[in-house]
Amino acid sequence: MKEEGKKLYTLLVYSENIAGILNQVTAVFTRRQVNIESLNVSASSIPGVHKYTITCWSDEDQIIKITKQIEKKVDVVKANYFTDDQLFIRESGLYKLSTEKVMANPEISRTIRRHDASITEVNPTYVIVMKYGLTEDIISLFRALDEFGCVLQYTRSGRIAVTRGMQEQVSEFLEQREKER
Amino acid sequence: MRALQAEGVTTIFGYPGGSIMPVYDALYTYTRGEKKAFDHILVRHEQAATHAAEGYARVSGQVGVALVTSGPGATNTLTGVADAMMDSTPMVVIAGQVAISTLGTDAFQEVDLVGVSQPISKWSYQIRHAEDIAWAVSRAFYIARSGRPGPVVLDFPRNAQVEMVEFEPQKVDFVRSYVASPKLHEEAVRQAAELINNARKPLALVGQGVELGNAQGELLKFLEKADIPAGRTMLGLSALPSTHPLCVGMLGMHGNYAPNIKEQECDVLIAIGMRFSDRVTGNLSTYAKQAKVIHLDIDPSEIDKNVKTDVAVIADCKESLPAITALLHKADHSEWRDSFKPLQEKERERVIEPAIHPKDGPLLMGEVVNAVAEATQGDAVLVTDVGQNQLFATRYFKYHKKRSICTSGGLGTMGYGMPAAIGATFGAPDRTVCCFMGDGGFQMCIQELGTIMEQQSPVKMILMNNHYLGNVRQWQDMFWKRRKSFTRMLNPNYELIAQGYGIAYEAVTDRRQLPAAVGRMLATKGPFILECAILEDDDVLPMTPPGMNVDDMMLSISEE
Repeated sequence: MKEEGKKLYTLLVYSENIAGILNQVTAVFTRRQVNIESLNVSASSIPGVHKYTITCWSDEDQIIKITKQIEKKVDVVKANYFTDDQLFIRESGLYKLSTEKVMANPEISRTIRRHDASITEVNPTYVIVMKYGLTEDIISLFRALDEFGCVLQYTRSGRIAVTRGMQEQVSEFLEQREKER
Repeated sequence: MRALQAEGVTTIFGYPGGSIMPVYDALYTYTRGEKKAFDHILVRHEQAATHAAEGYARVSGQVGVALVTSGPGATNTLTGVADAMMDSTPMVVIAGQVAISTLGTDAFQEVDLVGVSQPISKWSYQIRHAEDIAWAVSRAFYIARSGRPGPVVLDFPRNAQVEMVEFEPQKVDFVRSYVASPKLHEEAVRQAAELINNARKPLALVGQGVELGNAQGELLKFLEKADIPAGRTMLGLSALPSTHPLCVGMLGMHGNYAPNIKEQECDVLIAIGMRFSDRVTGNLSTYAKQAKVIHLDIDPSEIDKNVKTDVAVIADCKESLPAITALLHKADHSEWRDSFKPLQEKERERVIEPAIHPKDGPLLMGEVVNAVAEATQGDAVLVTDVGQNQLFATRYFKYHKKRSICTSGGLGTMGYGMPAAIGATFGAPDRTVCCFMGDGGFQMCIQELGTIMEQQSPVKMILMNNHYLGNVRQWQDMFWKRRKSFTRMLNPNYELIAQGYGIAYEAVTDRRQLPAAVGRMLATKGPFILECAILEDDDVLPMTPPGMNVDDMMLSISEE
């Protein structure tokens, strides 16, 4: 949750693909009782390297310490923190709606179109709507749909992000390390 | 076994059990006869195996090794692992584990060791198959000893212990995600040298990093060239000889008066391989605010963690110290150094003399430590337990050899002393090992008297018995309205206990007997327990009450 004097930071963490690293990364947050707002883990573009995208509310002093403690882990390759203006960010939302309610109220379909979301599956019981965007866009569609009382299930993904900078820090770091070997 | 041999291991502290039996069976072969490669020290509790490994590592600079079984054997090592993490001690713990086919079934003596040890170790890893052994063991030792050292935990399932593979030695000395020793930045070196060259009142804070980096000589050249007085942290005490003219004593809550006061007066503060623990800084918001801070450390996460730095020199101090020294101008800060003297005199008169040369009344801890320090002439290794015994021992012991102190600094683990001293006798077999303990800590690992008996480890145990958990009792008296809540102890007859273990014992109640008794203890071959009857409410002074400013240090209790 947003707190006084805190900002939403995004950490990009790259690690070796070894069991138990997620635990080590999240333990750094646990120790300081900082809540993780969202977390996405997947293989990165570098073979054998996993990428974690983590968001949390923090102040700069604390996020610097958290980042250093994460990078200190032996199997973590790199950890950096960013603010939103330094990143290209996306999240996705899935909305499972009652077909009956959607059919009964044409305003629902108009709302979906107005929010630039897409309908990906329809059957007699439910309709699946998908939306990509920023957190606020996805939440605002949920709020709009929820007012119609048609939402059966709703879920929002963790954030994924790429940096806007010109440097590819991780691959450059690994190249440098290989030279030092 | 061969993987351990390849890493140069000679001494293993351990305790067998069900899930580590295949390793112990191999150890039977490798500890005797033609194939003998290791000494195995059978401890009496797994926690002691880790503290012994820590003591061994601290005095020898080698990686300490502890070998235990799964489940309770493994969880018993956790205190030692956390202790080694806090105090940057290189150690590898190898613990048995149930076979991987039964992991997660709540099998007998199964515990998720990797899960529970991750937050308190430098690295923990499960060796799931025999073909991983050579790689994992080599990687474990590389990680434990390189960079800022620390404990590594290897979780070794039974199946991997019995699988047969051809042993192919591996040497891990590179981990791409782990930069053991960051490269020195010339710009930082230049900035640091410039600050020091312009300083009028420089003060150095010397930590254990100097010992770990084996940079005692480099430190002396650095301090002497620019004429910089230096205080040491508790773990860094033997990084700089006690008698060196630039040595101004110990830092911290119960350290020496002058360096604590002068931290608030210096214009440039140079921290070398130390981490600005709260026990050193007191109230951070007022700490050394007037000074420019230079921080030399190998671990980037230490920079700005507690104290904001003006110049950070992130590298091994073995490299950074000479690089900075080369740019320093010869300086003379005698006026600044002289300004320490009245404070030192004040402390000597009001605290030190009454503590080490009391006229009457029961024995005091300070005089006991002083008697042993005088008799050993700074040659001995000091091991302490935790509490008042530790604070008196570290204050009044003398050091002129490097790697001369084993104490639990960060974690403050009572019960550390006796097993760490056992380890120290193996790590430095040619040196006298003196272990100061209180009656509380002595009983927290008292079972290790069994190990001492079996090994005839020449540990000189000085039991300072005041019938109290003295440090807590002192705080209760000072801050909790003298309500001595569960700090008084009903103690056993230690002479009978010593007899039971066949360990030489002597009791001292009268200060006139003290020097002779210490002499007999040191002259005795093998272990010795010297029990000293200490004044019940002996207090450690001076003291900076917790959370107070370092220059609010009190020289006597009545000042509060």
